[in-house]
Amino acid sequence: MYTYNEFDEAFVRSRVAQFRGQVEKRLDGSLTEDEFRPLRLMNGLYLQLHAYMLRVAIPYGTLDSRKMRQLAHIAETWDRGYGHFTTRQNIQYNWPKLKDVPDMLDALADVGMHAIQTSGNCIRNVTSDHFAAAAADEIEDPRPTAELMRQWSTDHPEFQFLPRKFKIAITGAPNDRAVVKSHDIGIRMVRGDNGEVGYEISVGGGLGRSPFVGKVIREFLPKADLLPYLESIMQVYNLSGRRDNKYKARIKILVHETGLDEIRAEVEELFPQIREEFTHPSDELLAAIEPHFAPPAFVEKPLGDYEAALAADPLLRSFVETNVVAHKHPSYAIVTISLKPVGGTPGDATAEQMRVMADIAERYSHDELRISHEQNVILPHVAKADLPAVHAALRDAGLGTANVGLISDIIACPGMDYCALATARSIPIAQEISTRFNELKLEHEIGQMKIKISGCINACGHHHVGHIGILGLDRAGVENYQITLGGDGAETMTLGERAGPGFSAEELVPALERLIDAYLKVRRDRQESFLEAYRRLGVAPFKAALYPDQAKDAA
Amino acid sequence: MSAGTDLGIVVRDGRFAPAADEAFVAIESAEEAAGIGNRAIEVANAIAAEALGPHLASIPAIAIRFPAFNDGRGFSLARQLRRLGYKGTLRARGHVLADQYPMALRCGFDEVEITEAQAARQPENQWVDAYQRIRHNYQDRLKYGAA
Repeated sequence: MYTYNEFDEAFVRSRVAQFRGQVEKRLDGSLTEDEFRPLRLMNGLYLQLHAYMLRVAIPYGTLDSRKMRQLAHIAETWDRGYGHFTTRQNIQYNWPKLKDVPDMLDALADVGMHAIQTSGNCIRNVTSDHFAAAAADEIEDPRPTAELMRQWSTDHPEFQFLPRKFKIAITGAPNDRAVVKSHDIGIRMVRGDNGEVGYEISVGGGLGRSPFVGKVIREFLPKADLLPYLESIMQVYNLSGRRDNKYKARIKILVHETGLDEIRAEVEELFPQIREEFTHPSDELLAAIEPHFAPPAFVEKPLGDYEAALAADPLLRSFVETNVVAHKHPSYAIVTISLKPVGGTPGDATAEQMRVMADIAERYSHDELRISHEQNVILPHVAKADLPAVHAALRDAGLGTANVGLISDIIACPGMDYCALATARSIPIAQEISTRFNELKLEHEIGQMKIKISGCINACGHHHVGHIGILGLDRAGVENYQITLGGDGAETMTLGERAGPGFSAEELVPALERLIDAYLKVRRDRQESFLEAYRRLGVAPFKAALYPDQAKDAA
Repeated sequence: MSAGTDLGIVVRDGRFAPAADEAFVAIESAEEAAGIGNRAIEVANAIAAEALGPHLASIPAIAIRFPAFNDGRGFSLARQLRRLGYKGTLRARGHVLADQYPMALRCGFDEVEITEAQAARQPENQWVDAYQRIRHNYQDRLKYGAA
């Protein structure tokens, strides 16, 4: 876990002091809302439908118990006792009062956290694989690189006023759990010809109203060249990205309109010049950060009791089946805590639940927690022998939902319940879906299924990469939900295809039931997931299920 | 000072000074720069830095226009000009906020020119404060190992 040095600490404190002054000026009227806006956005403070919203960065999704407890403390002291974990590894507080925000930021600084650059047209919180340093398939822990990028991008003088926001994600594993190709820059750690670890760099991915899969601009970048290369991409984008139309301002549009080859040529021309400005190659800088991420001291614990508990307790078995995956250490496991209880708000956690998760992490997970882009919390390093105790503690706190990767493990944006941009509700739709399929007791039968819901075209709920994507629109004052099929956010990233006309809020869940019914009928066997069946059969059988009247007409 | 603008306050080292009657000749293309000789120029933030390259040694000062505070192209252009070896004065001219002043300086600008109206809304003390924030940044540490 990276701990702030004196420099980080002083930097964050000075930013809080600066913002405290700006809030005072806003409250006494010497700053207008227009003038205050860019200043508050630089500190993660949005004005939403009903109130201000503070978005706090959880860099690369990594937390310890102390940080998690502080998030709980902030939720209780200055908000309504809960927080919302987002798809960008942030936590959002939905009800802060403006006068309290500087105190909230100071409380964050107390534990080495901040809300800097979680908003605005700058480089945002760098996200990463939530199983980093625990997953069995990993080439290398991506978090030292993510931390280096956090430092480099923080308050970068050249890149605070880009054409549009800019998101970077990195994974250290070939199985992409960070959806890197949906980012402005997506980085995969790969091995070079001599086995050395470097980066494959993609640009121009994104979801939103014009979704694109990122394109590889450099197949292998040595670690030493990371920052100068990123800076070259940023400079090309800052000078050439469109500023005439907000909806065409992301780098994905620049890459699409200009062409990858030309962008690559411009970047490669700048790169040697910019590299000369760096006295230190990036691998040297990384070497100074890496000790912060040293692996914990794993211990061997006998598995006898665990095997017995597993045999005796069907709830534990079910939990282990869905929420637990293999760890790189054979006697350990990775546990995902679902923040998707049946009928609940995806990603919400109460202060009490945060404290329970902090306690469990401290006792059973080498004091580490992760936030996933799927809005769940991860205990990355749990000894298998401790799984029964962890499961019991989670169940007692209402955190034992065994549904990770299943149909009720839904990503949903805040939607019309909170967001000023939303055109439809998302959270109530997610709640209805999880409640309905829970009633049908079909969840485990259906198996692997990713439903993702966005309440507007900006696609914060990642609907383009949902196996089933749901996009809520406003059609003449009435909510209308479009369904996309076959999306995939893994290393095989695919954008879903729109199935046909949208459904009203009332028609939506019955339509999904027909869709799932059709899948259960056409799949080869239980092993064939919805996505696999869709890829094998194409859209036809699913479309017929969604639109039975049309199917009849055609017949 | 180019005709028709109401710019007029120059910020140097955090302090306000009225713009002297400096003759910045507005040029719209690199070709125009070729014949400019030993005079200061004013350019849009969309001009290509390399095109100015051959003439840089003879130009004593360059003002880069900032049409709006949220148009950050001028920051990259300033860095490119410095990278090309430009040693003269670089001025950010137009809509630059006090909070952006340290960014401008760190990108290679020497000074900022704002309107009198903006100077009235963002008085000198805000720029003095901002000027203090130029040190203590991540990028210098990562680039040069500076504290």
